[in-house]
Amino acid sequence: MFPVTTFLISVGAVSAITVFLAILMVVADATIANYGEVTITINDDKKLNVRGGKPLLGTLMGEGIFIPSACGGRGSCGLCKVQVLEGAGQYLPTELPWISEEERAQNVRLSCQLKCKNDLSIKIPEELFNVKQYVTRVASIRDLTHDIKEVTLELADPPEMEFKAGQFVQIMTPEYELTDEPVYRAYSVATAPKDTKKISLEIRLVPNGICTTYVHNYLREGDEVIMNGPYGEFFLRNSPRDIICIAGGSGNAPIMSILLDMAEKKISRKTRYFFGARSVRDLFLVEELRALEKELPDFQYIPALSAPLPEDSWQGETGLITDIVAKHLPGGENVEAYLCGSPGMIDACVKVLTEKGVPEELIFYDKFA
Amino acid sequence: MNGPLFPLAVFFAAIFTSNILLTNFLGMCSFLSVSREIKTSAGLGTAVTFVMATTTVLNWLVYHYILLPLELDYLRFIVFIVVIAAFVQLVEMVIERVSEGLYAALGIFLPLITVNCAILGVSLFMVIRDYDLLSSFTFGLGSGLGWFLAIMAMAGIRQKLAKARVPKGLEGAGITLIITGMMALAFMGFSGMINIG
Repeated sequence: MFPVTTFLISVGAVSAITVFLAILMVVADATIANYGEVTITINDDKKLNVRGGKPLLGTLMGEGIFIPSACGGRGSCGLCKVQVLEGAGQYLPTELPWISEEERAQNVRLSCQLKCKNDLSIKIPEELFNVKQYVTRVASIRDLTHDIKEVTLELADPPEMEFKAGQFVQIMTPEYELTDEPVYRAYSVATAPKDTKKISLEIRLVPNGICTTYVHNYLREGDEVIMNGPYGEFFLRNSPRDIICIAGGSGNAPIMSILLDMAEKKISRKTRYFFGARSVRDLFLVEELRALEKELPDFQYIPALSAPLPEDSWQGETGLITDIVAKHLPGGENVEAYLCGSPGMIDACVKVLTEKGVPEELIFYDKFA
Repeated sequence: MNGPLFPLAVFFAAIFTSNILLTNFLGMCSFLSVSREIKTSAGLGTAVTFVMATTTVLNWLVYHYILLPLELDYLRFIVFIVVIAAFVQLVEMVIERVSEGLYAALGIFLPLITVNCAILGVSLFMVIRDYDLLSSFTFGLGSGLGWFLAIMAMAGIRQKLAKARVPKGLEGAGITLIITGMMALAFMGFSGMINIG
């Protein structure tokens, strides 16, 4: 005999307890966690009235102000720093690893961790107001290597974006298998700023990466992509110095943009571009770069392979990128350097460059967070 | 063994002789990942102590006034988990609202321990060992303090360990587990002193 009453009582009891707790949470969310409307004053000038209780980064994004952030608000990249003049309260343990002593004195906070619980007064660099959200459409996707894809986006609304060569944009991954909320990730623009209507990104597949998996396995031509930008201090400085560029993998993108821009503007500074890869199958856009060697008066593209395969029959440079750079660079006094790649590669290269005498403040880099 | 001093015996036993972490090996994940610094360990330890002491009382009430009368004691796993999760979230909201300092020191750790097995374990032991309300409270409080003690000891050792030459393959979780084993052996010296069922 099936004990119907036992069944009803157990289901009823568990449901009752759960429903009671759920109602309790809903009430708590509407009362305890309800901070009402708060006012955010930006640069003593602009005032925003927003719903309180959410992190500052997301709140500002909702108002059309985009603070650069590479990790999408998880507190793991430390980029979304904002100076908060009033109303911030004390630092949280999750912010401290990213904040230096100096920044502490200036009340710099991580905007993804700081919640808007009362009126705030904040300071944001004026150029961030140029950052906009764009609706774009995928014009094409092609394989550059076995794990890097080039994604070309056509801007729809607004139809044009002004940016400097070397800057990056953030693209939004919608909810799908790997994420239950939209996530933003940063990618450098690989095309020249001359083309304001169409940009390309180079995206390497990271195993289980939320955005890269989406781009590699789900994104199709014609799809809509939401992006915001441009961001970043990684762009070519105006000076007569020689230029050293070093990149690995998809770190090629901002360097490509800078080189194309130089060709466009007929900048004739001596330029060497070292590209580190494992074997020939990791090299890409070689023809385009060789074409730039002819177009620019004093430019050389120097790919270096760390582990060429026998079938590559590789004639070029072999070894670690740091050794190749050291070999080709006699002295660094008259050099400024642009680096883009993994943190390990950048740290090693910065060390070699400073040993060669390149002034530390003239080594610009864009680390993958 | 049910005299007026029994709750006190349970309290000390939970800290030393039957330490939830070192004799039952519960609550290991946060113990391994957060024991790098003394300051954060203290924050997490306090949060665990608070949550254990309060949720054992809550779960005791739920068990004895709802589940037992309805003969639903076999549902205790699911009900205890839901009660703990809801309670911890509620406490986090309240702390965030009322005290900034407390939130920075304690509240930020609460989401980490919502699903900590030591917290569910304490509620389940309380049922198996058939404690009364007061003993359950002292058991929860004592277990929390025992966990606090264990993670503080580990954090202290790990800060010294930063200067030690640990074989490459044992760095991180490996050496931490070995040290936990040694600490457990040391705590075995207390065993047999108090029997709490």
